[in-house]
Amino acid sequence: MFKLFKSTALLLSSTAVLVLGLAGPAQAKVEGDTIILGSAISFTGKYSTNGIHASNGYNLAVKRINESGGIRVGGKSYKFKVKYYDDESTPARGAQLAERLIKQDGIKYMLGPYSSGLTKAVAPVTAKYKVPMVEAEGASRSLFTQGNKYIFAVLSTSEQYLASAIALAAEIAKKNGKKPQDVRVAMAFENDPFSLDVRAGVVDDVSKYGMKIVIDDKLPRDLADMSATLTKVKALKPDLLVVSGHSKGAATAARQIKEMQIDTPMIAMTHCEAAKIITKFGAATNGFLCPTQWAETLSYKDSLFGSAADFDRLFKATYDGYKNVPYQAAQAAAAVMVWKDAFERANSFDTEKVREALTKTDMRTFYGNIRFSDAGNNIAKPMVLRQIQDGTLNVVAPSNWASHKVEHPRMVNY
Amino acid sequence: MLDNLLILTAVPVLNVQLLLDGLFIGAIFALAAYGLALVWGVMNVKNLAQGDFVMMGGYIAFVMSKMGIHPIFGLPVAIVLMFAFGWIVYRLIISRVIGRDMFTSLLATFGLAILLQQVLNLIFGPEVQTAESGFEIRSILGGMVTVADIKFISFLLTAVLAAIVVTFMKFSRMGQAIRATAQDARAAKVMGIDTDRVYAFTYALNAAICGAAGVLIAMIWVLQPFFGLAYSIRCFVIVTAAGLGNLPGVIMAGLGLGAFEQFGGFILGAEFQQAIVVGMLVLVLLIRQFQQGRQRQAVV
Repeated sequence: MFKLFKSTALLLSSTAVLVLGLAGPAQAKVEGDTIILGSAISFTGKYSTNGIHASNGYNLAVKRINESGGIRVGGKSYKFKVKYYDDESTPARGAQLAERLIKQDGIKYMLGPYSSGLTKAVAPVTAKYKVPMVEAEGASRSLFTQGNKYIFAVLSTSEQYLASAIALAAEIAKKNGKKPQDVRVAMAFENDPFSLDVRAGVVDDVSKYGMKIVIDDKLPRDLADMSATLTKVKALKPDLLVVSGHSKGAATAARQIKEMQIDTPMIAMTHCEAAKIITKFGAATNGFLCPTQWAETLSYKDSLFGSAADFDRLFKATYDGYKNVPYQAAQAAAAVMVWKDAFERANSFDTEKVREALTKTDMRTFYGNIRFSDAGNNIAKPMVLRQIQDGTLNVVAPSNWASHKVEHPRMVNY
Repeated sequence: MLDNLLILTAVPVLNVQLLLDGLFIGAIFALAAYGLALVWGVMNVKNLAQGDFVMMGGYIAFVMSKMGIHPIFGLPVAIVLMFAFGWIVYRLIISRVIGRDMFTSLLATFGLAILLQQVLNLIFGPEVQTAESGFEIRSILGGMVTVADIKFISFLLTAVLAAIVVTFMKFSRMGQAIRATAQDARAAKVMGIDTDRVYAFTYALNAAICGAAGVLIAMIWVLQPFFGLAYSIRCFVIVTAAGLGNLPGVIMAGLGLGAFEQFGGFILGAEFQQAIVVGMLVLVLLIRQFQQGRQRQAVV
């Protein structure tokens, strides 16, 4: 009898443990006074460098928010914590891990992975489970054309990356007494979703101004050579050359522009900084226009980090080995700030209420202003254009943030 | 496409630029392809890690330039290090798959390629790297054609390296042993040649050649841990086109491929530059098939 009682008790208690264990994750979104955000991000594989930059940005913002009073919800103060998984830079793994974060770990609030490709893989999963995701590293505009109501991006979308260079070319043409229609544009874009988005933005603006496209080359994914394209540039002498193909595109272009002594008066390309072209190719890169999401010299401010320059200093003091703070880290930090703001305004942990609050976000941060369109992309922050002038990157456009005048034609002696 | 052809006829001097760029880089392709031809011909191993050996050589030059040593001195260092590396890889992996069917060696070297890519990625990160030679860039023909000295120098170095390898294969005892093994491994063994050692040497020599090619690539193009595949494909195209054991053929095919890529990229657009390489492979295979249909060849 006693034995039977004992075994029943054992059965009951183990069932209870099991039930509790199963019930556990559902509450895991908020444990005690901690709100848990989830992110599958690239710690290994080809996106690891930027994945780590982004996670450093998340961590710094979490630390700063926790130290300065946390998040006030329902009159109580909460702290943030991020649960990470390594997506190994592969989209399939990213989607799998997002599912695991939501289903097994019970995460109800997501931070994005690194790169548009990974974000594209993760976004449908978070939408399926109606879990809002604030992302900072997926800029592809195709992310915001799927009618996904659960994605919010703090960064400018990719079609804006080089569009500002086209506007600048038109401005310069007018100043020099020419018509924008006379401007001849050469384009070299990598054949991948991100660069093709950048291209789409350029093409839109080119046709808006009635400019003429004289070269339209698409670079393969693992192309280490664009001399054929540059030979064409030499022959056709365009007024503006635009290049986008991640770091490898920037490095290849900068090296071969130097080697082939290309004298196009205006050259704009993405990823100048990531490819470290200034240190590698020196004076030959003078005058290149480089778009960036954020720069520490901008005059944006907030109450958490202070100014952009303050964030820059704090980041360098917190993490070793950074000479420049990558914008990937800055925008990641901004994404965590968006979460804090949304929780406080929603004054609730209900995902739908928090999502509602996210849609009404209207913030001024050290990273720039943040306001989401119905599609979820940030429409309040312009892309910044910097020019390499004597080996330093100076902000030249848009004019209300510019610290320096644009040099045109670019001053370079081969 | 027609526009681009018109540019070439209107400004004929551009043909010189494309041709020079193509030949200079094609020479390096030929070098790496010769290594593949050697391993394929002697050991019947299709080395899919060929391009990754090239990348390793490139990273050796990169490391040296980081240390303040001119990357061109990476050439002897890469040759020695990669030779040793090739020997170790042979002992660990290749010796176990040699003589098995084709798929075993393909799988083993494919696995090796993935491993090398990931290790390079862990050590150097996924960013694109270059090694700067800092040599002059000359412009000729009224500034319409530019030639970087480093390209010309690597062209010469490639020729010298090829000459050394050829002399070695012709006149040294090991070279003769390699050629004997290639002809008939069993007979060579009966004659007292240590074929295992010959295989190890051949594989190591191939790695050393690839390493040398990589050093030159680092100074002309760019390095990235995952770029090896493009070189592996080029090597396969060249060797398939030229045939095994046909050194003049490998050189011609290498130079031809380099030039073909440049002209193709110019006329059809950069998006087709690599499609052309693969397209060539298909074409070469078709022609070979057709030839073989007409006259049955003895397989050596």
